[in-house]
Amino acid sequence: MNAIKKLPSYLEQSDDVRARFDRMKARDIILDVKGLGKKFTDPSKRGNEVVALKDINFRTHRREFLCIVGPSGCGKSTLIRILAGLETSSEGQVLLQNKPVTGPGRDRGMVFQGYTLFPWLTVKRNVMFGLEVNNTGAVESERQALQWLQLIGLEKFANAYPSQLSGGMKQRVAIARALANQPRILLMDEPFGALDAQTRARMQAHLLEIWRKIDITIIFITHDLDEAIYLADRVLVLKAHPGEVQELIEVPVPHPRQTVQFISDEFLATKARLEELIHAKSGSDDDEDMYPMMQRLADVEDSVE
Amino acid sequence: MTRKKYFAVHAELSPRAKSVLGVLSFVLPIFIWCMVSYVPAIWHPLVLVTDPGSVDYFQVGMRVDHATFDMETNDAKSEHRTLPAGQPTNPIYLPAPDEVLKAFYTSFTTPPEARDSPWLHQSLWHSIQIIFWGFVISSIFGVPLGILCGTYTPISRLAEPFVEFFRYLPAPAFGALAVAVLGIYDGPKIAIIVIGTFFQQVLIIANTTRKLDGALVEAALTLGTKNIQLLKRVVIPGILPDLYRDQRILLGWAWTYLIVAELIGTTSGITWFITQQARYQHFPKVYAAIFMIGIIGLGTDLVLTYLGKRFFPWDLSGKK
Repeated sequence: MNAIKKLPSYLEQSDDVRARFDRMKARDIILDVKGLGKKFTDPSKRGNEVVALKDINFRTHRREFLCIVGPSGCGKSTLIRILAGLETSSEGQVLLQNKPVTGPGRDRGMVFQGYTLFPWLTVKRNVMFGLEVNNTGAVESERQALQWLQLIGLEKFANAYPSQLSGGMKQRVAIARALANQPRILLMDEPFGALDAQTRARMQAHLLEIWRKIDITIIFITHDLDEAIYLADRVLVLKAHPGEVQELIEVPVPHPRQTVQFISDEFLATKARLEELIHAKSGSDDDEDMYPMMQRLADVEDSVE
Repeated sequence: MTRKKYFAVHAELSPRAKSVLGVLSFVLPIFIWCMVSYVPAIWHPLVLVTDPGSVDYFQVGMRVDHATFDMETNDAKSEHRTLPAGQPTNPIYLPAPDEVLKAFYTSFTTPPEARDSPWLHQSLWHSIQIIFWGFVISSIFGVPLGILCGTYTPISRLAEPFVEFFRYLPAPAFGALAVAVLGIYDGPKIAIIVIGTFFQQVLIIANTTRKLDGALVEAALTLGTKNIQLLKRVVIPGILPDLYRDQRILLGWAWTYLIVAELIGTTSGITWFITQQARYQHFPKVYAAIFMIGIIGLGTDLVLTYLGKRFFPWDLSGKK
C-alpha cells in the first residue's frame, strides 16, 4: 500500500554476495541438526503432549553467523538449549563436527539473555572460569583472560565485580567468558534483549567485530528482525505450534555490515520477507494481533489525529 | 507531608533518621521501665516499711500491701501507739534500672554463695562453650547436608520429609534421654542445642541453596563445569553470603535453647547463676544476667554482620 518503489526480491544476490556464500558453503560443516523434535507433557493440560519442535533440519558452516527468528512460542529458546545440551531432544540428533551432542560441553559456548556472570568473581576471574575448570594453569588462564578482556575493551575493569558494570559491559564480559574456552560454536539466546536501543546497536557492531577477528561460528536467537538481518549470513525462520523450519534465508546484504545498510533495498526486501513469514500467516488462532472492536472512551471532539 | 513520607510502604529513611530510631528502640523500653520504677504514682502496689513503729511483725525493708499497711496504721492510731512508716514500692521482682545497672558490676565482684561454685564470669564462659560446641557440631553435619539437599533432588526427597517431621519434636523433650545416654555434665546440654539447631539448619540451608539462580549453574555447565566442580565452584560460592546470614540467625536460635539445655543434668552456666540468685531473691542480678545473654547475643551478631560485609564485598543485598 505504502511501498513507494518496488523492492527487488530477497532472493536476488549480487555477485560479491553470491561468491561470499559459495566460499562459506565450501567450509566444513560445524553443526548438523537432523530431524530434531521436542515434546513436552503439559501438566496444565492434563498431561497432554505439546510438540515444541518438529523435524528441525539445518546445517551451519564454519565461521557462519546464523540467526534464528520466529514468533513467540516457536521454540527458538528450546532449540538453542538443546544445541547447548541443557535440554534433551525427543527425536533426531545434533552433530557437532560429526559427534553427537549429549550434554553441555566446552565446545559450545553460550551467552544468555539474563546476566549470568558469577557475582562473587571479578571480571577477570569470570573470564578465567572456563579455563580453570578445564585444567588450564592459573598463570596461563590469567594471561588469556586479560587478552580476551583487551579484545572486548574492558581490561580496565579486570578487577571490578560484575555488579559494578553496566548491562552492556556485563554481556561483553559474558561473551569473552564464553569465547575464552575457545568453543567451536557460540550460542546466543537473545543476548541483547535486556539492553536499551543505543547499547544494543553498539553491542551488535561489537559482536560483528569480534566475529570477524576470530574463528567462531555463531548461532544467535533474536525476535528483532533488524538485528537478525544486520548480523546474520543466513536467517533460520521458525513457525509456531509446532515449531518447524519455515525457511532458511540467505541475507543478500553485502559485507562488511554497516548501520547505513538498514535502508538499503536488500535489507528492506529481506525484512519484508521475514515479516511476511512471521506476522502475516499467524491465522485466527493467534490472538496477539487481533484488535477487538473498542469503544471510544474519549470525547469525539478531542481527536488526536 | 512528612508523615506520608515516613509511612510510605518500605520508605527510604535518611541515615540520621535510621540511627535516631535505632537508639529510640532501646531508649523507649528503658524509659517505660524508669517511669514504672521511679514515679510513685505509677503502679507501686506495695509499701516498703522504713520504720515498723509499734506493729510487732513489721521489719525494716519488709514489703506489705497497701491494705495491710493502712489497717495497721489505723489500728496503731486508734490505740495511740507509734505509727509505722513506709513508702510506696514495687514488688521485689521488679528492681529499678539503677539497681540492675549496679548488679552488672557487683555480680562479677561478689564471690559465689557456696564455696566451690563458679564465679559469674566462669558461668558465662561455660555457657558460651556449650553454645559454641553445640552450634559447631550441628553445623558440621547440618550445613553439608543442607547444601546437598538443596542441590540434589533425590537426597532432598530422601532426607527432608524426616527432617521436617523431626523439627517439630521439641528439643527439651529429649532431655531425659540425653542424660541417660550422655551423662549429667556437658554432653546432654550440647546435645539439646544440636537437636534444637540441626533440623532447622538442614531445611533452611536446603532452601537457601535451592534459591541459587539456576542460570548461573547453566552458564557454568556450558563452560564445561562438571559434577563436584559445579558444587565447589558455583553452588557453594553462589550461596555463601546467604549461608552466612542463615548461620547468624541460627546461632541466635541456639542461644534460645541455652537455658533449657543448662537445666538438664546438673544445672550449669548462666542458668545456674540465674536460678541461684533468684533463690536468694537477688533479682537485680537475675535481670543483669538475663541482659548479659542479650548483650552477648546481639554483640556477636553485630560483629558477624560487620565481618560478613568484609568477607563478601560483591554481595549487594548485605549492604542494606
